[in-house]
Amino acid sequence: MADLKARIAARTAKELKDGDVVNLGIGLPTMVANFIPDDVHIVIHSENGFTGLSHEVKEGDEHPDVVNSGGCFVRHTPEANFFDTAMSFSIIRGGHVDATVLGAMQVDEKGNLANWIIPGKMVAGMGGAMDLVVGAKKVIISMLHTQKGKHKLLKECTLPLTAVKCVDMIITEMGVMEITDEGMVLKELHPDFTLDEIQAATGCQLIISPDLKPMEEE
Amino acid sequence: MIRKIMTADEAVADINDGASVMVGGFLGTGSPEILMDALVRKGCKNLTIICNDGGLPAKDGRTARGVSKLLEAGMVGHLIASHVGMTPIVGQLMNEGKLKCTLVPQGTLAERIRAEGAGLGGVLTPTGVGTMIAEGKEVLHLNGKDYLLEMPLGADFALCRASDCDDFGNFRCNLATKNFNGVMALAAKTVIIASERIVKKGVNHPDDFIVPGIFVDRIVGGEQPWLI
Repeated sequence: MADLKARIAARTAKELKDGDVVNLGIGLPTMVANFIPDDVHIVIHSENGFTGLSHEVKEGDEHPDVVNSGGCFVRHTPEANFFDTAMSFSIIRGGHVDATVLGAMQVDEKGNLANWIIPGKMVAGMGGAMDLVVGAKKVIISMLHTQKGKHKLLKECTLPLTAVKCVDMIITEMGVMEITDEGMVLKELHPDFTLDEIQAATGCQLIISPDLKPMEEE
Repeated sequence: MIRKIMTADEAVADINDGASVMVGGFLGTGSPEILMDALVRKGCKNLTIICNDGGLPAKDGRTARGVSKLLEAGMVGHLIASHVGMTPIVGQLMNEGKLKCTLVPQGTLAERIRAEGAGLGGVLTPTGVGTMIAEGKEVLHLNGKDYLLEMPLGADFALCRASDCDDFGNFRCNLATKNFNGVMALAAKTVIIASERIVKKGVNHPDDFIVPGIFVDRIVGGEQPWLI
């Protein structure tokens, strides 16, 4: 499982370009930072109030006033800048974040996203997710393809939405999908899986890209 | 005019049952802990608490952080926050019918508070359009895009945490402790800051402080850095 998540994180890292301002969600998306090549410099935005997040923190070297959006003690990079929440979300909504990487409970073929509440079950709150997926220039969902076999990629989300038509791309252990006006297009398929297998694990019709590529293993 | 420097207990003495109270902080980082402790000592009921989240619960022999202290003491009737997933007591109290919780997207929460403090009639945001958050709210279609009309949010009190302040109340917040502490200082009738350090006015350069002291009514010293 850890290997599959590393595979997803590594493939996601390739979507990030030199100079990008990026917001990474908690969990698998945080792992993406470990796969950025040395010659690609990205600036990580942390919605609790800074740009220049570094996850490299040695024990005993933590600063009590520097946490990430999950409340974990982290470090900042030399180019870091700290600001209040109003500025932080101006950065987000104002289109100054190039890409955000998040997990999801459900994504549908129109790009609708549900990742904040299961009515009657989970009370977590949306935190900054609703603002992020509306404001970031590119929304990448990086997650396992199914929830223990249950479809997460659907024709239509059944859970309350985080935002309407906001997802650009979905990266899973099985492949890479893009949301288009026509629907969910399979761009890359991992060599471990067949087209029949990925379609069976998907709750909507996948449109096979004419230039379908193998998802690179790294 | 010199702002009144007082103890934490004196500063919160008139926060009574049913008051609305904004509390700075993000999962405890940047929350005024000595004011939380003083409020628990005083005790009051049915507070409306406006905070980014529910703070952090007591864990591994450490005390709770931020508004978790108030939640654990059963002092909160209504919590307005963006995220409560790390505070299990919120779900527990809601299931017992003892707590109402209103969830607001984080950026919207900040802008609603800012709108109150800045004298704006509301905020137009694309966040939440087409979701549960939009229920009962006006949607305006402007320049080809839909926006939700979100109303200003104020409170009786704001409890903010400063790293440094002067005795006029000008203050600054270190690194990631800024979060809501600045905007909340404009949006409440009575503003109380708890600071790690207090200097006499004029000692520091004016550029050293970010939030103007004119918003601050009461200053409390002795706020401690969180020990990791």
